[in-house]
Amino acid sequence: MTAPTLISLDVNGERVDAQVLPRLNLADFLRDHLALTGTHVGCEHGVCGACTVRVNGDIVRSCLMLAVQTHGASVETIEGLSDSGEIADLQAAFRDRNALQCGFCTPGMLIAAQDLLERQAAPDRTLIREHLSGNYCRCTGYHAIIDAVEATARARTGRKS
Amino acid sequence: MTLGPANPETLSVLDRPNSYIGKVVPRPNLDRLMQGRGLYVSDMELPRMGHVVFLRSPHAHAKIASIDVAAARRVTGVIAIVTGEELAPVITPWVGILSHLKGLKSAPQRAIAIDRVCWQGEAIAAIVATSRAVAEDAAELISVEYEELDPVTDMRTALDPQTPVIHPSLGDNLAFERNLDAGAVDAAFAGSDEVVEAEFVFGRHTGVTLEPRSVVADWNAAEARLTIYQGTQAPHMVQNIAALHLGLEDSQVRVICKDVGGSFGIKVHIYADEMATYALSKLLRRPIKFVADRVESFNTDIHARDHRCKGRIGVKRDGTIMAFEIDDLTGIGPYSMYPRTSAIEANQVVNLVGGPYVTKNYRARARVVFQNKNVMCQYRAVGHPIACSVTEGLVDLAASRIGMDPVEIRRRNLIADDAYPCASPSGLRFEKLSHHAAMNKLVAMMDYEVLRAEQAALRKKNIHRGIGIASFIEVTNPSAAFYGVGGARISSQDGVAVRLDATGSVTCQTSITEQGQGSESLTAQIVGSVLGVSMARVRVILGDTDNTPYGGGTWASRGAGIGGEAALQAAKILRKNVLDVAAAILQASPAELDIVNDVVVNADDGSPRIELRELARIVYFRPDTLPPGIQPELMATRHFVPREYPFAFTNGVQASWLEVDTDTGFVKLLRHWVVEDCGTIINPQLVDEQIRGGVVQGLGAALFEKCIYDERGQLTNANMADYLVPMSGEMPDIDVGHVVSPTAETELGAKGAGEAGTAGAAAAVTNAVNDALRPFGAIITEIPLTPQVILAALKRI
Repeated sequence: MTAPTLISLDVNGERVDAQVLPRLNLADFLRDHLALTGTHVGCEHGVCGACTVRVNGDIVRSCLMLAVQTHGASVETIEGLSDSGEIADLQAAFRDRNALQCGFCTPGMLIAAQDLLERQAAPDRTLIREHLSGNYCRCTGYHAIIDAVEATARARTGRKS
Repeated sequence: MTLGPANPETLSVLDRPNSYIGKVVPRPNLDRLMQGRGLYVSDMELPRMGHVVFLRSPHAHAKIASIDVAAARRVTGVIAIVTGEELAPVITPWVGILSHLKGLKSAPQRAIAIDRVCWQGEAIAAIVATSRAVAEDAAELISVEYEELDPVTDMRTALDPQTPVIHPSLGDNLAFERNLDAGAVDAAFAGSDEVVEAEFVFGRHTGVTLEPRSVVADWNAAEARLTIYQGTQAPHMVQNIAALHLGLEDSQVRVICKDVGGSFGIKVHIYADEMATYALSKLLRRPIKFVADRVESFNTDIHARDHRCKGRIGVKRDGTIMAFEIDDLTGIGPYSMYPRTSAIEANQVVNLVGGPYVTKNYRARARVVFQNKNVMCQYRAVGHPIACSVTEGLVDLAASRIGMDPVEIRRRNLIADDAYPCASPSGLRFEKLSHHAAMNKLVAMMDYEVLRAEQAALRKKNIHRGIGIASFIEVTNPSAAFYGVGGARISSQDGVAVRLDATGSVTCQTSITEQGQGSESLTAQIVGSVLGVSMARVRVILGDTDNTPYGGGTWASRGAGIGGEAALQAAKILRKNVLDVAAAILQASPAELDIVNDVVVNADDGSPRIELRELARIVYFRPDTLPPGIQPELMATRHFVPREYPFAFTNGVQASWLEVDTDTGFVKLLRHWVVEDCGTIINPQLVDEQIRGGVVQGLGAALFEKCIYDERGQLTNANMADYLVPMSGEMPDIDVGHVVSPTAETELGAKGAGEAGTAGAAAAVTNAVNDALRPFGAIITEIPLTPQVILAALKRI
């Protein structure tokens, strides 16, 4: 179980084939093998949320998932979500509200927030706080992030109605 | 469009048309960070780069009997394994002392330990390999024989004669002691109606920057030049110190600081493992990357706030505070950190206790002792949370003893808003503070009386809510008095160069740095406002010793006040130079012209005369068409350092509204208010977010954060699952208000705002918890306020 293994997966809509060691985690695979450095590594034990990515539509901690587990999967990172325009409004809300300072938590925070907004059209502040409670931000104190997510939810609901 | 005034030169930039000062404008370049396209040091890859992993001591205090690296060297991919002895010829040791902190002593510290380790986590060997994973594999094959020594862990017994002395050459474990006796303390206590005492205990905690400390050092042997890519707050300081200890000239070291994933004071120091990384690059003649993992971060990032402070307050029945007295003790680990030293926090506590209040009677002793734990040093709001918690805790205890409302006792003792300039008993000089205006605003914002009524009503339903108030002062804009006078080569001045480029855009190089505070934005706002150039056309360059003026960087709430003033003055010179050229081209007088929205206009009616892009085109490409004798200077540089006041003090007040579950001991934060006065506000949104982020760091200290060591000096919770940090679910919304008292020392008038939030948050929460527990007669003067601490105070466990 220590020899390199071939995996094939879809990363941000591109087909990727790679030989990886079974012990390689998804975060290191994305960062070191694919140079997708928007996925950040904060704690390496699944607590801080900086490495949050989407695998087959669900958000996961890429530091807790092995790269070999993504064989056949579809992986989306902050680079992909940015280029597709899927979270452009959320990003604009973060910018307008200064909901980021150092920006290290921001990719994971955006992906976690988008996950909530896909499930809940109109989450209240308590629900937003709860959903993001696995994503650590040392800079903002969270208030501005909650504001930005709330504003995005409101704008999206307004657009639909 | 607002028309320009008749004579713009007589107005400050704050009044100019289309000024960005005081406006909410988004920070430039946020898209890069939001799209995951920033460049943090941990993202960097260079050709031939080796990755270093440090083998660290599992013991708090031990002799290194032997290190066997033979098996590790045979691992494929290992480039080198280097011990302290092997690295010593490349880099010299250092001692973290400052001459103005009289008596401060420490022992020489090395990049990698030789013969002895003094804390769990001190590096004893460096393993350099083609990847971090390979280096970690190899590290496991190194066998080390240790002879354990008795660790000194409890600061309370560190000075006892039977306690071993960590550094025998120093004679004892006392790093520093300061005594202060101002006014007539004994007489004041004797004349008090009540004297209240308490011991305040503060948990040791740390910064937990989301991006761990990271450095890439690239020694180019052919150029004989070292390039250091590092997430640091002070690039020129790193340049100077790396050069000094590697035997190089400053010009042989370039420090580049790209995006930084959080700093908060953690990344303003010189760490042994970073010094080792620079030296390894020189030794191995290739780029070396060090990125701390989270366990290393907890074991080696500086810790802070491990204080036990006995406090005493004397008060009259009418609420007059007669005197404060403190006896502070802190343990700083085995070495005083370099180059800022580990005595500053205790020194600040002595300086700041009682700071908001009128009484001149103040006695203080602070002792700083060595111990075999991780090093302690300056972390956001250095000393302030200790001083504020002690002061405000004592004031609340005194109020409670005489049956006075906490707001009222403060109103009777806070320095009057018209009493400035004045000085504190510890000698701090206050130019202009606004304690009463801030308190009035806070009371209105939180609807204090309504909240008190709500609290009383809920108490009848057995719901225990509390209100906690904490006034504070904050040190900002430090002059050379902080470090320079003590011999540290840490610049207190900053420089800004502003240049009009060939297409009429502006490039601005500043020596302050960006870690998310908005240094780039405030610089662009100031330069754009002064020049009359739109912010979108101002590009700011920071964090590169080759490409910025010399300066201190961003720490101690100095970026806006010092770097901002340098930007203002540089932009003024460039503006004058541009108008001189424009006048020559237009055959006008400079006084008749102004610059508005990237265009030189008539000052009186605002009609456009020449676009900056056209002016720049002429200057750079057709200077032959300029009148004879004109040599345009479209680049201007100015530096600034405060000279009149050693520090610009700010002030403010915070309030916490929370609920204590007396069955579980859990605290629920319901709301938090802050009113602060940072002088001129350049960007209200950025100031508010500095305050909010700072508050939450203080709330973490109040409720969760503590590095728990056992009696052998083992850190037992060195991971983010066991060391709790504030997450969004537990944090409240935070309302921020302002009073504005600009400093007259600068034209800009800005003081700092980076640490106000952290300064008072824990004090407000502790006072609120005690307020909630008043019916139970429980008083807690210890943080973090864990359920265990609260239930113990309630005698339920």
